[in-house]
Formats: sequence, structure tokens, C-alpha cells
Amino acid sequence: MLHLIRFELIKTFTRWRTYIGFIAFGIIVPLVVAGLKLGGQHSFERHLLSLLQNDFVIGGNVLNGWFFGFFFMGALWVHIPIVLTIVAGDQIAGEGNAGTFRFLLTHAVSRTRIIAVKFIVTLIYTAVMVLFIGGLTLGLSLAAFGSGDLLIIRRGILVIPEAQLPYHFLMAYGLATLAMFVVSSLCFLFSSLTDNSIGPIIATMAVIIVSIIIISLPFELFQAIRPYLFVHYFDAWQKVFDDPIPWGAIRTNVAVLTGFMAAFYLAAMVHFAGKDILS
Amino acid sequence: MSDIVLRTIDLTKRYASRLAVDHLNIEVRRGDIFGFLGPNGAGKSTAIRMILHLVFPTEGDVEIFGASLAKARHRALDKVGAVVEKPAFYGHLSALRNLEILGGLQKPVTRKRIMENLERVGLADRAGDPVKTYSHGMNQRLGLALILLNDPQLVILDEPTTGLDPQGMKEVRELILELSRERGVTVFLSSHLLYEVELIATQMAIIHQGRLRVEGSVRELLKKGPSSVLLKTDRPDEALHFLGTQEVYRSASIHSDGIHVELDQEKIPELNRQMVGAGFNVNALVPRRTLETYFLNLIEGREA
Repeated sequence: MLHLIRFELIKTFTRWRTYIGFIAFGIIVPLVVAGLKLGGQHSFERHLLSLLQNDFVIGGNVLNGWFFGFFFMGALWVHIPIVLTIVAGDQIAGEGNAGTFRFLLTHAVSRTRIIAVKFIVTLIYTAVMVLFIGGLTLGLSLAAFGSGDLLIIRRGILVIPEAQLPYHFLMAYGLATLAMFVVSSLCFLFSSLTDNSIGPIIATMAVIIVSIIIISLPFELFQAIRPYLFVHYFDAWQKVFDDPIPWGAIRTNVAVLTGFMAAFYLAAMVHFAGKDILS
Repeated sequence: MSDIVLRTIDLTKRYASRLAVDHLNIEVRRGDIFGFLGPNGAGKSTAIRMILHLVFPTEGDVEIFGASLAKARHRALDKVGAVVEKPAFYGHLSALRNLEILGGLQKPVTRKRIMENLERVGLADRAGDPVKTYSHGMNQRLGLALILLNDPQLVILDEPTTGLDPQGMKEVRELILELSRERGVTVFLSSHLLYEVELIATQMAIIHQGRLRVEGSVRELLKKGPSSVLLKTDRPDEALHFLGTQEVYRSASIHSDGIHVELDQEKIPELNRQMVGAGFNVNALVPRRTLETYFLNLIEGREA
């Protein structure tokens, strides 16, 4: 099994498309950080102070690296799926399109093992991508704006001491990774249904966009649907910045997201195990 | 140990209302070079894909080395090497890396062994180049290098010489013969190039509209029924007149390449003797009944 994972990692990480996301975020994040450093920070400051200065005395470095790290995570979670689907959508469909299954599946290796290996590598890529973006945004923000306590305006105002922040961010990145695993799993499922890599990317993004619209609009009809949408549970990472941390709600989110991920994987496996390879 | 390496048992594939393969029963014995023939759309590729478990049969089963594909897929495919249609590789990776990955799925292969196989198919000097820079012929040869890596006892080749130049076709034919003669490998190959099958196959089956039409020894099948020879002589008009006086020949007619004589297979030596005896110079006497004529007759319903 390990040698199959190694082969799959080689195949995935030697394709240039795998690095599109790294390159895109590697350019965008430094540009945004530079933009903030060279002036944009002041508009944030003005906005934040206008909200708080009547009630609080603000001191110290409020707009620090942790603050922008948190801000980036909130801003980018909708965009990260786009780069994840580029690889996840190609994992099965790409081989079908290229015709390489004709070699891969005529060996004495089971289809379930091959799909399991591909799924593991998809998750590895997803984790690497989320941690890369998290590390990059936080690292550059801390380098540009320094450290300090984190001020969060979410259901009230909360200040998390600097010493506790690495722990909170680590948990947040873990939960964000799990949410992105669900996105990749869905795309992986779509990838098993077709021999065209573009289809799974479009289908996954369509599901996410429609889901976001449903969870955002305050219609009564949509409220009943929300619990059945995986996007509804994506905010688990934000919960670790609440006080007290709602562990019960986080556990529920983790269980539901894991359930979605397992369901998508199993559906992909069942479909692929009985699929005629005609390409 | 059974002599039968590959057996299809009522192998059937139905796509909606279309029957692609209809209760196919064939047997391939150890050491055979088995030619699997049929016109386009006859069901050859579907049958091969079912034999390799790429496509699931609607009905029936395949036994390879006695193991049922449906019940013991691993054991059935363990000693099989196959190239189905155009060989497809990971274009961004080198030939070396492709063989390491695709050849090492079952058990790891050493770099030395990979290089030996690349050397064998004449690709050693391009081992490090991305496969996307390879020509079609090079891909075909790389496909053969791949299947040889795991020392298969049954090699299944789907149109192995398609797209190759004459030299490439010859090399592939020689490699197949070498596999069969020197390594005792059983070869199952589909082809639309009947001449090619005639040159190397010992057994063959013809499939048409999804159904098996004939199966047997190539030599025996070619002996069946009337034969035809091309006779080249110095005086064709007189020779034709002479042939008209002889009752042993079914028919004779002049064509641009010579005289076409229809006769029974065993009368060919007699034809030569009579022509020489009558004072004609026989420049050539070439059998015209090939697998191609047999095949076409069968498909067109002129042959049982």
C-alpha cells in the first residue's frame, strides 16, 4: 500500500497543475500583505476604531499579524476550494481521459485499493494546500505587522492573549482542513463519474456556490435545508476563537463533516469499483 | 496443470439494446500465439476488456490459468501482461518513472531491470525523456517493455502494430515470436491486419457482430475449401487456353498481375508439372488464398 501511495504522490506532485494553487496564493497573499503594509492598514484601523473608540480605550498593536491571519482565513475559505478542485477533479477523471487505467487496472491490484490510494493523496494535497495558505498568510502577516493579542469582533468583542494564539490557530487550521477535505471528497466523487477533469471542478464549485447562497439568504424555506448542506458546518474553525470554546458544537461539526467526507468517498469507491473502463 | 491458459465461458456484454459480445467461448492453450480477428465493431476490444476486467460482463466469466476472473481476480491477472489499444502513459514522467510506477504495482522492480527492458525495445537512450515527447511507435515499444517487466506467462495485445512503420511492425512481430519460442509465453493478440496474424499466429478465432464465427489452427483453416494461385508465365494467353483444356482446374482468368487459377489445394504441384510439361516457363506460382480472403468470405457469408 505504501509504495502505491508513493507512486500516486509522484504522479500528483510532478504535474504542474498541482502547483497552480501554490503559485496563485504565493503571489496574491504577499501582494495583499504588501498592500496593507503600504497603506491599506490605515483604512482597517479607521474602520475598527470607529466601531470601538466610543466604548473602549484601544491600546497596543491591535492590527497585528494574528489579526490579519484571522482575517485572511475568513476571506479565503471560499477561494481555496477552487484550487483544491484542480487536483481533486483530475485524480480519477484524468487517468480515464489519458487512458492510463488501461495499464493501471489490468494488474493484480484491486480497484478499491487504487481508489483508496488516490483518495489519500487527494487528502494529503488538500492538507498541504490549506496549511501552506495558513502558514503563508500568518507568517507574512506576523512578519509585516508583528505580534500581539488578537481582537475578534464576532458575537461581541473578544481578546485572546498572544500566548494562547498558536494553540487556537493550530486548531482552526485543523478544522479548516477538515472542511476542505469535504470539498475535495465531493470533487473526487464527481471525478469518479466522468473522464473529463473540467466537469468535476465546475460541478463542485456549483454545489458550493449554491450552498453558500442557501445558507446566506434568510428565507424560512432555506433554513430547513441548511442542516443538510456541508457548507453549513464549515465555520467550525471560527468557533475555536469563541469564549468559551463550544466543544459540543465543534464535535457535531467534526462528526457531520467527517460523515459527508466518508459518504462521498464511499460513493466514489462503489461507483468506480463497478465502472466499465471504456476510455 | 491444465493446458488451457485462457478460457471465456459464454462471455456476453450488452449495452442497452446492443449486444456487443454474444456468448463468446474461446480457449487459448499454453504456448499458442492466438490471433483474435474481426472487422471494426465486431466486439474484439470489448471482449479483450472483459478478459482484463476493465469491462464487466453482463453474463459469463473468464478463466485465466484456471482462476475465475469474477471470483479470484488477483490470481487470474497475476501472470498477465497486457496492452489494450493505444498504450497510454503519464506523459509528464520519464519512461523510467512510468515503468517504475506501472510495472511496480504488484511488486517493486529494480532500475536495472527497467533499463534492461528498455534496452530490449530500443528505448534505453531515451529513458529519461518525458513520454509525451515519444512517437506512437516508441509508445508501443514502451508498452511492450512494461508488460515484460513482470515476466508474464500470458501476454494480451490489442492491435499491437497499429500505427507502426514497417520496420516497427517487423520488430514487434519478432518480439512476439521470441516471447513465444524462447520464453514459452502464450500470446493473445487482436489485429485487423490479417497478414500479420497469418505470419505469426498458430491459432485464431474470428468474431463478427459479437459472435464467434470460427476458431482453430491457422494452417488448418487455410487448407479448408478451394484455393487460388497466381500463375506467372511467359505466354499468358496460350497458358490460359491450355488451362481451359484441363479439367482439374475450376477456373482461370487473366489479370494485370498474371493468371488467377482456382483449384483444390492439393492440385497446385500438379499445375506446376503440367505447365512445365506443356513447355511453358513458370516464372511464379503464388498461393492467393490468404487469411484475408478466408476472413472476407466468412464475413460475407460465402464460407461456413
